[in-house]
Amino acid sequence: MTFTDVWRRHDFGAVSRRIASKTPADVRRALGRPRGSVDLEDLAALLSPAASAYLEDMAQASHQYTLERFGPTMRLYAPLYLSNVCANVCTYCGFSAHNRIRRKVLTDAETLAEARVLRGHGFDSVLLVTGEAGRVGRDYLAGSLRLLRPHFSGLWIEVQPLPEEDYGALAAEGMSAVMVYQETYEPAAYARHHLSGPKADMAWRLETPDRVGRAGVKKVGLGALFGLSDWRTDAWFTGLHLRHVETVHWRTRTSISFPRLRPHEGEEIPVTPFSERDLVQAACAFRLLSPETELSLSTRESEAFRNRAFRLGFTSMSAGSRTNPGGYASAPESLEQFAIDDNRSPAAVAAFLRSQGYEPVWKDWDSTYDGFAERGGARRAAAQALAL
Amino acid sequence: MSPSPLVIAGVEFSSRLFVGTGKFSSGEIMRRSLEASGTQLVTVALGRVRTGGEPDDILGHLDTARYRLLPNTSGTRSAREAVLAAELAREALETNWLKLEIHPDPKYLMPDPVETLEATELLVKRGFIVLPYVHADPVLCKRLEEAGAAAVMPLGSPIGSALGLESRAFLEIIIAQSRVPVVVDAGLGAPSHAAAALEMGADAVLVNTAIAAAGNPVAMAEAFRLGVEAGRTAREAGLGGRASAGAPARASATSPLTSFLGGGAP
Amino acid sequence: MNAAAETIGITLNDAPHALAVPATLQGLLSQAELAQRKGIAAAVNGEVVPRSAWAMRALAEKDRVLVIRATQGG
Repeated sequence: MTFTDVWRRHDFGAVSRRIASKTPADVRRALGRPRGSVDLEDLAALLSPAASAYLEDMAQASHQYTLERFGPTMRLYAPLYLSNVCANVCTYCGFSAHNRIRRKVLTDAETLAEARVLRGHGFDSVLLVTGEAGRVGRDYLAGSLRLLRPHFSGLWIEVQPLPEEDYGALAAEGMSAVMVYQETYEPAAYARHHLSGPKADMAWRLETPDRVGRAGVKKVGLGALFGLSDWRTDAWFTGLHLRHVETVHWRTRTSISFPRLRPHEGEEIPVTPFSERDLVQAACAFRLLSPETELSLSTRESEAFRNRAFRLGFTSMSAGSRTNPGGYASAPESLEQFAIDDNRSPAAVAAFLRSQGYEPVWKDWDSTYDGFAERGGARRAAAQALAL
Repeated sequence: MSPSPLVIAGVEFSSRLFVGTGKFSSGEIMRRSLEASGTQLVTVALGRVRTGGEPDDILGHLDTARYRLLPNTSGTRSAREAVLAAELAREALETNWLKLEIHPDPKYLMPDPVETLEATELLVKRGFIVLPYVHADPVLCKRLEEAGAAAVMPLGSPIGSALGLESRAFLEIIIAQSRVPVVVDAGLGAPSHAAAALEMGADAVLVNTAIAAAGNPVAMAEAFRLGVEAGRTAREAGLGGRASAGAPARASATSPLTSFLGGGAP
Repeated sequence: MNAAAETIGITLNDAPHALAVPATLQGLLSQAELAQRKGIAAAVNGEVVPRSAWAMRALAEKDRVLVIRATQGG
């Protein structure tokens, strides 16, 4: 059973109405749950308008759970944009195929130049980002991973959805996480914003975390792009997706991101409301739903907001981000995918965290044994094969 | 409102109380206890026939139109023995349902996780509906689910101990992440234990000694029926937050964390 | 050679039995008054033999026959 089957059982409009109907009593019941026993009905309550009055309680619990699980730490990472070539036409993205911008795929030399700058800032975990195009498929990514593996312990990707075999092959090259945001779980809005290109296939994207999990990748990142449809409902579906991954692909860790629509190249589009207060509500609701999942706070958000919100449940932050290929070293002036709002250097972000009693974490310890042993189960199967 | 039915391998059970047939003082007491329990699934063991004597057949006391039989593999100590027991059970009882229990340890009857996983893989391939009895081990339960187990049967406490839900913290994890029904088996000593298991979200419980060894087994069977129904009904009714198990969110008296956000609560 | 007198020794649930040749599982179970009994299953040397195949299953010297039935258990 893939997530598409799960998703089809829930009508977006019906879920919206259910969230809207939640009462303060529902919110109090959800808040009173022991850690780890918040269910999807509770999530609907925590995402509802009724929960707004309980935001401080949610934040206290979220802060407490996060401290208990992760300690006063914050993992810092940086995106590394490898390419802005894209075959998709999406209303909200600066890389959209119809936008007349200079297209770029980093060469090996350029990629290494970016890596040197990021290493110089202290980063040890990078998120490799590309648009959706044949040129930046499995072979290109595998080559980039080989190039970068000596320089970083954490190599994550946010690229086009790939077949399961490709994820397995990339994991063997040292890739330890795949970020794949659904953008929106509402079919009509998805169709409205993804006009053409492979991304218009909603089911293929919905099932991507299943393929990632089956391939044995260690972490998968989920999220919706808030602003495309009703944020409460999209957040609830993200929770449904999270539960699916946690139960079916239980060996794979999860992270949740909360991207908001930001100014970008291309035409203005109508944006549904999603305030900073809403973002905090969503993040706290996810922390209560899953004390173990990682929550990421983007440089799309302002310095002032990040300086206050970071302790409300988040476990990782990007810092000093450039969202254009070559943005760190070779082509600092090329076009960005979206505008960022926290322009501090990584060192400044780290210093701020330390001043707040938090330890910035650069290293991805989870990669220590990557490539040295098979996954659980594989060894057993091999032993059985030998015995036959 | 009656609680929703339980479905295992496509078969519906309106009763969430499974009953073992061991240790009853007579066939008649067992028959009346099963009736009072409202159960629809009863476990039986396999034993060697005695030649030359009177047939000591339990089946004479079991209305098999009313109860689905769940033969167990008790007495086996390895996956290989369990496979033989399973095939004998299928032949003798004309059911492919199986409670898989492998305990090489005669003192505590602790289930062997390694043999159990291997036997589950083999038996699922041979068409059995496998319900493995295991320690309350969340990873093992996921591995069994992946191997095709129709349900998992983690223990509440050592078999026959009547200690109740000593494995609570692990059962909670198993229940939270299982995609197959979770049947808490072993160690339930009182109807309140059964109720607590169902409140916690277990799909069913299996009880034997606590009923069979009670002063009045028939009345105790009835009490377990009520306990299970109460627990399940409470679960479905939506327990108040702090009523469920474990430690609730700690209240902390730190300074406000959200005052920087505008447009907030009154 | 006296074929009629030839017998083999097998065990049924670990108890020794002597059977005239040609010996079958059906013959053994009839002799032990088990052949008509419902709710039992038989295995020879650890291989289950379905009831429908009892008559076909020849027994040989030192075969180990196991016959089980349901009993009380949890």
